[in-house]
Order: sequence, then structure tokens, then C-alpha cells
Amino acid sequence: MTSVAGRAGGRTDERVAAGGLLRRLLIRPELGAVVGMLVVFAFFASQSAVFRSPAGIANWLDPAATLGIMAVAIALLMIGGEFDLSAGVLTGTTGLIVVTLATRYGLDVWSAMLVALVVALGVGFCNGMMVTRTRLPSFIVTLGTFLMLQGVNLGVTKALTGTVQVSGLRRAAGFEEARAVLAGTIQIGGTPFRVAILWWLLVTAVATWVLMRTRAGNWIFAVGGDEQAARAVGVPAARTKIALFMTTAFAAWLVGSILALRYTSVQANIGIGQEFIYIIAAVIGGCLLTGGYGSAIGASIGAVIFGMADKGIVFLGWDADWFTFFLGGMLLLATLANRLVRRYAEEVRR
Amino acid sequence: MILEARGIGKTFGSVLALRDVSMGVEAGRVTCVLGDNGAGKSTLIKILSGVHQHDAGTLLLDGEEVRLAGPREALDRGIATVYQDLAMIPLMSVWRNFFLGSEPRRGLAFDVAKARRVAREELLAMGIDIRDVDQPVGTLSGGERQSVAIARAVHFGARVLILDEPTSALGVKQAGVVLRYIARARDRGLGVVFITHNPHHAYPVGDRFLVLNRGTSLGEYGKADITRQELTALMAGGAELEELEHELRREQ
Ligand SMILES: Nc1ncnc2c1ncn2[C@@H]1O[C@H](COP(=O)(O)OP(=O)(O)OP(=O)(O)O)[C@@H](O)[C@H]1O
Ligand SMILES: [Mg+2]
Repeated sequence: MTSVAGRAGGRTDERVAAGGLLRRLLIRPELGAVVGMLVVFAFFASQSAVFRSPAGIANWLDPAATLGIMAVAIALLMIGGEFDLSAGVLTGTTGLIVVTLATRYGLDVWSAMLVALVVALGVGFCNGMMVTRTRLPSFIVTLGTFLMLQGVNLGVTKALTGTVQVSGLRRAAGFEEARAVLAGTIQIGGTPFRVAILWWLLVTAVATWVLMRTRAGNWIFAVGGDEQAARAVGVPAARTKIALFMTTAFAAWLVGSILALRYTSVQANIGIGQEFIYIIAAVIGGCLLTGGYGSAIGASIGAVIFGMADKGIVFLGWDADWFTFFLGGMLLLATLANRLVRRYAEEVRR
Repeated sequence: MILEARGIGKTFGSVLALRDVSMGVEAGRVTCVLGDNGAGKSTLIKILSGVHQHDAGTLLLDGEEVRLAGPREALDRGIATVYQDLAMIPLMSVWRNFFLGSEPRRGLAFDVAKARRVAREELLAMGIDIRDVDQPVGTLSGGERQSVAIARAVHFGARVLILDEPTSALGVKQAGVVLRYIARARDRGLGVVFITHNPHHAYPVGDRFLVLNRGTSLGEYGKADITRQELTALMAGGAELEELEHELRREQ
């Protein structure tokens, strides 16, 4: 035994040592995002004292948190080889359900949230079933769901209220407790931080564990990398993908509830356009558009970059219009870096 | 005889892919399936491995008639397949690929440490020299990839190992390496089905030879019944080959 191990050790050293460690680090999906985050932080922190103060950090971690929860779920789905364009508008749908049921139909906030969760999981399940059954691109299928939900959100809200928003959640039973759990703040060193940040960290940690340390994680990489090959070794590809769509829907429910509890009212058009921001954060975090590669932590870091730029530009007193310019630049850089990584990892020497 | 096919037929819509093909697989023996492109080799082994269902004939496993519902069932019954077109997932590491679909568990989690260790040990035991089990499979050479897939099948206790053209994309030396692993799997007592269109690869390791042509069997031969020359001629259709030789000579 020892001789075998010794031989293996010797061999490993001889051929891997040279460029191996650096190369292995380079093909970590998060690497580009980590570098990007450090650069962006250094830039804003050097320009603005508020930005680097605890209050400033709490300020830019807040948009990072709600975006991060979605970006992590979308990252898992993208690693599994699919897109979900309905995720953004679904955060609106769940928020609208919670507020409507709690203010007009006498449900307490918790029951209203439970109903919203069931609806969200149903939408995720339908997305998953349609994609796996029809083998149509999820881009098209979820574009359909996206448009349908957008119509329902506006149509139902208008029919019920005559306006384009529902409000008054504050008066509903159970509001204070639900708000404390999902949309409250906690004091750290005298600075109030949003509770959503904790939920985001929890979601990231669980997603990373699932991805790296469970069979389901192995299957997610496999169905995104090569679905046929995965099926051939017995991976339940359809089930894996449906579960991923339902995970995204769950995240949309969580974020929708957080936002509804925070603002106590929901606009019928909320969440529209966000679906691409989630994808951008996931791609900046190292996810390949073609699937099979990426990381949950990377997507969270992508969300942090987004949050820093979003608030940092305001702290510097710049016009907020520059934000999209910045976002586009980050996206291009990230995709270029990813392409190099993929080429390296996939280069085939026959 | 572990696995036996009798009079198997398969049609895809109006395409007749296989007609009345019979073959057997014995423990510790290599059955080679030879034939030109489109002869039906892949179709035949996809039936043996549960990917397709046969329309005619019978499939016997340990002498009992079976109908394999899918690749998972075939695997559970000890039939492992290394496919020509779908082998492994390029972006995933060697150890993740090695255990894909049969991950060892520890509580709720995938026992990653064990997977890494076992993958390394199994590869070494087969004499496969992989630098680093963490490297993505896409960075392995074609021969290395086939070897990893073979080691995986052996590890998961396969009794029948089916290889679809494992040597077709390989150079002479790499093909030799893969042939050696085939022989090693055979020596461990597995029944091997080796698909190829190269009689020079088939003849040295094969014990029985099934030759297919346009979906039908040209016969199953034991090694004693056929020489390498006869096998080559049979595969190419003897007359056609002579004609080709004649043509080529004139063109020079
Ligand atoms: N799923 C399918 N649908 C329709 N026709 C098919 C299908 N699979 C195979 N065929 C046809 O069946 C015939 C046999 O194909 P098969 O793939 O078994 O050949 P092969 O001997 O493996 O060839 P090669 O050496 O090129 O791999 C071909 O004419 C092919 O077009
Ligand atoms: Mg074939």
C-alpha cells in the first residue's frame, strides 16, 4: 500500500507541481469575481469615506442581499444548463399575493406567505415540466411564463384595486413578527444591518454545500455539462432540472416576501427587468451561459459588486446613469475571462 | 453465457437498423462486434445496455429473458457501457465523473474524500496513470478518457463491459493502451463486448467475432475458425476490397 501511495505521490509531484497549482486556482469559477470585487471596493473606498464606513457597508450590502439570493438560485439553474426569465416578475407575483390576501381576504401574513409559496413552487414546477418534457429552450419557455405573469400581475391588481399597486400590509395580523424575521434590522457594533443579509448568507452557504458536497450537486453539474452523458450513467436529469426551477421559484418567493414586508406595498410592475440582472450577477460570478460550470459563491460576489457599484456611484455624487455603463463593462470583462477558462478546461488533446 | 441476444431486430420508423442478429457474451471472454459505418453496431449495443428496446427477438441475461427499461436498470444488473459519442462530462473533474450517478454517501452528503481516494486507487489498480484526479476530464487525452471510463465500469462491479469504438479516435500507441485495459478487464473475469471497425484492433484481444453488414449478421466466429485475413476480407466484403485495390493501382 505504502509503495503504491509513494509512487503515486512521486508521480503527482513531478508532473503537476510546475504550473498545476496556479492553473487549478485559475480554473476556480469565482476567481475573476473576487478580483473584480477587490478592485471595485478599492476604487470606491479610496474615493468616499462614507462608502467604507460601517453605515456605508450596511447600505451597499442591502441591495446585494436581495439580488444575491436570486443570483445564487439562478446560478444553480444556469450550472444545470437552463435559464429562468420569469424569476424577476415572480418576485412581484408573490409579493402581490401576500399583500392582497393579507389586506383584502383577511388572512394573516404567515398564511398569505404560505399560499404565495405554494403558487411560486407551482410556477417553478410548470416551468421545469415544460422545459424537460418539450425539450424546448428554457429561454423561450420562461419568456412565455414571464409575459403571462406580467399580464396577470397588472390585470389582477387593476381589477381588484383600480390602481397599479396594493398596499396596507402593516395593518395585517402577524405583520410585526413576519417583518422582524424577514425584513427587520439587527445591530452590529451600533450599525443597523438588514436581516435580509443573513438570509442571503444562509442561502449562499446552503447552495454551496449542495453544489459541492451532495449527489444533487454532482447531478447539477452533470446535466448542465452534458445531459445525454449524465442520463446514460443513471442521473435523473428531468427531476434535477425541475428541482432547480422550483429552487429559483422558492428564492423569488423569499425575495418577494422580504420586499413586500419591507415596503408594505407592492407595485404591480415590480421585478420586471430584474431577470437579466440576476443572470448578469451569476455570469460575473463565473457561470457559463452554456451550463455545467459556475459557483454559488461567485454569484453572491457578483451581487456584491452590483451593490457596491449601485450605491458607490450615489456616494460619489455621480449621475446614476453611469451605473449601467459600469455594469455592461463588468459583464463583458467577466464573459471574456470565462471564455478563456472554458477553453483551457475543455481543450481536448486526442 | 452471461448475456445472449437471439434474433434481435430493431427499426427506427422506416429505417431497418438491425435484422435477426444473435450474439453471446461469456465471463472472461471478449466478444468483438465488427462492421462498417452504419452497420448497426451502436444500435445493437444500445439494446444490450437498455438505451433502446428491441422490436424482435429475445435478450437473455443468465439464461432468463429480460427487457431492459433503461440504462439505470442495465447498470443495476451489471451491464456497464462506455459509449462512443457520450462518454464523460468534460468540465467535471475525473473523480466527479468517476462516481457520477453512483455517488458514495455519508449521511446526507456526497463523501467527497472517499470518492477522490477511491478514484485514485482504482485508476492505479488498473495501471492508469492520471496526473491528478482533480483535473477536468476535458483535459485528458482520448485514450485516458476511455481508460477512466473502463476503470469506472470495473469498479462498479460490472459483469458485462460494453465498449463502443473506444479505439477509433486514437493513435496507434493510445489504442494499444486501451486494448491493454480491455485485456485487464477480461482477466478480472468480466465479459467484454468490444465494438470496432478495425479488425487489427479486434483480432489480438477478441475470442469471438460478430460481423455486421447493413443491419444483418454475416456470422459469429470463434477465434479458431477465422484468420485475421479472413476477418478483414469478410468485413470489407472480399470482392469489393479487391476491386478497390485494383482501382487505386490504376490511379497511381
Ligand atoms: N435513433 C435513430 N433514428 C433513426 N435511425 C437511426 C437511429 N440510430 C441509428 N439509426 C440508423 O441505424 C443505422 C445503424 O446505425 P448505428 O449507429 O448502429 O451504426 P454503427 O455501426 O454504430 O456506425 P458507426 O461505425 O458509424 O458508429 C444507421 O443507418 C443509422 O442512420
Ligand atoms: Mg457507432
